[in-house]
Amino acid sequence: MSDYRIQGETGEWEVVIGLEVHAQISTNAKLFSGASTEFGAEPNTQVSLVDAAMPGMLPVPNRECVRQAVRTGMALGANINKYSRFDRKNYFYADLPQGYQISQLYHPIVGEGQITVSLDDKDPDAPTKSIGVERIHIEQDAGKLMHDQHPTMSYVDLNRSGVALMEIVSKPDMASPAEAGAYVRKLRAILRYVGSCDGNMEQGSMRADVNVSVRKPGYELGTRTETKNVNSVRFVQAVIEQEAKRQVELIEGGGTVVQETRLYDPDRNETRSMRSKEDAHDYRYFPDPDLLPLELDDDFLAECRASLPELPDAKQARYESVLGLTPYNAATLIADADTARWFEALMAEGARIQGKDEKDVATASANWLLGELYGALNRLGLSLADSPVSPERGAELIALVADGTISGSIAKQVFEIMLETGDPAAKVVADKGLKQTSDTGAIEAVVAKVLADNADKVAQYKDGKEALFGFFVGQTMKAMQGKANPQVINEILKAKLA
Amino acid sequence: MSVDLPTVKKIASLARIAMDDAEAAALLPELNNILGWVEQLGEVDVSGVEPMTAVIPNTLRLRDDVVDADPLTGGGVRDKILANAPEPQHGFFGVPKVIE
Repeated sequence: MSDYRIQGETGEWEVVIGLEVHAQISTNAKLFSGASTEFGAEPNTQVSLVDAAMPGMLPVPNRECVRQAVRTGMALGANINKYSRFDRKNYFYADLPQGYQISQLYHPIVGEGQITVSLDDKDPDAPTKSIGVERIHIEQDAGKLMHDQHPTMSYVDLNRSGVALMEIVSKPDMASPAEAGAYVRKLRAILRYVGSCDGNMEQGSMRADVNVSVRKPGYELGTRTETKNVNSVRFVQAVIEQEAKRQVELIEGGGTVVQETRLYDPDRNETRSMRSKEDAHDYRYFPDPDLLPLELDDDFLAECRASLPELPDAKQARYESVLGLTPYNAATLIADADTARWFEALMAEGARIQGKDEKDVATASANWLLGELYGALNRLGLSLADSPVSPERGAELIALVADGTISGSIAKQVFEIMLETGDPAAKVVADKGLKQTSDTGAIEAVVAKVLADNADKVAQYKDGKEALFGFFVGQTMKAMQGKANPQVINEILKAKLA
Repeated sequence: MSVDLPTVKKIASLARIAMDDAEAAALLPELNNILGWVEQLGEVDVSGVEPMTAVIPNTLRLRDDVVDADPLTGGGVRDKILANAPEPQHGFFGVPKVIE
């Protein structure tokens, strides 16, 4: 139970939130035509006669859109409806050449499922909450309008018209902006694992309609408003905060909340009414007579299930129990599908070249990725996808530390050079002469000199100031430019100082 | 079931069909005749009968996810798309300014 409350003049108010997430299905072609879905093309170059609603053109569904919606449903543990239908949602707008959107109102393809979210992403032991998914249906996207190119005209680009969307409708199960944010992030992660949507909110591949209402704790649900087309997690949270506050002030001021559609203005951080005409929502849905019911057979469903990857929750559990990673490292690595893939490539290559089990190289691989590599990428302003060092090269570097060729501190230097030159670790070590020495004779000689040069400290050490041991190690390492095997130094020092 | 004059005018407005009062009034009995005629179907007991979607057994055909596989239903035909547009502008459809 969330303890998020709006403090009003008449006491505390709870917030009730439901989200309708529109996710663009990752396919090459559109939902009902063969036109491309690629982002950023010249206007109206990816529009077929079907998408422009030319008379006589008939829709034929893209099998991959159906498949990805089913796989997404399965990943959310949802019921898949073997029988679904397409309906027409009728309205007039310049970005909708058909005069209706083909959607699924009465018989959606996916029924109830759920998403488990952590109530604090930064704390691996934080409690979790299950948020219900009401349904997923497939529908067409509309075109795009541009209003700022001409003084008296709007421009219409139909490239997006007919692109396949999944509308993922949650139950009104969220009670705070943080929960809604966690839901969107987790949903995005699952979609990216499944590969059904790229989750790119900046390009509009994922956007949310945010339903908000307020009530006194324990009372019945209040009237909700719907804020449309919110395109970032931060904005979703801001909409909830602003809208809940507005509703509380409205009710406490003697007003009533009107069920309406609103828009979010990020510049002013406020929502405002779209002032639509009263009958704008009379969509006169009816079954689309151009499309037969969509019936899925068992083979199709079996392929969908068999092709699902390991999902984030299962992966996190395996990272902890099988690979022995810390909950924090496991949670960080699984949060994004690309990071998990990179880590697994690094670990697999490490296991291969070291001839060990994955679990024996997992911790070193995770620590290096999340520490050294992430640190460097942050500094360089790069994402993991643009990393100058590949998983294979990273695994070679880690292996050189594991087999004692170089020390951990030398590894950091080698890595810096690899970032600049892209050279393999072994080449950097050979070129710069950074190979760690375990030559006992050479180390002994240096240790003897360090002890002789610091006779006063040796005396102090023997009087019980044992902390000076580290000083001797440091001096020896410094004299050998960091290339001595620290374990050998320790052993020799212990023997000499005994 | 029957409709009244305001309903006729509302449906006309939702369908963007311009209609003056005289036309709507003339249409009212016609629509109610049609509705009454269709309503006779309600006399048949269809409880437990699956709705029929096709007269002969037929299933929905699906397409493979291939771009421009069939030129008739593919993209890259902007000239055709815009051929009948009243005001094409730089590859866009130009329409009267619409802002919510």
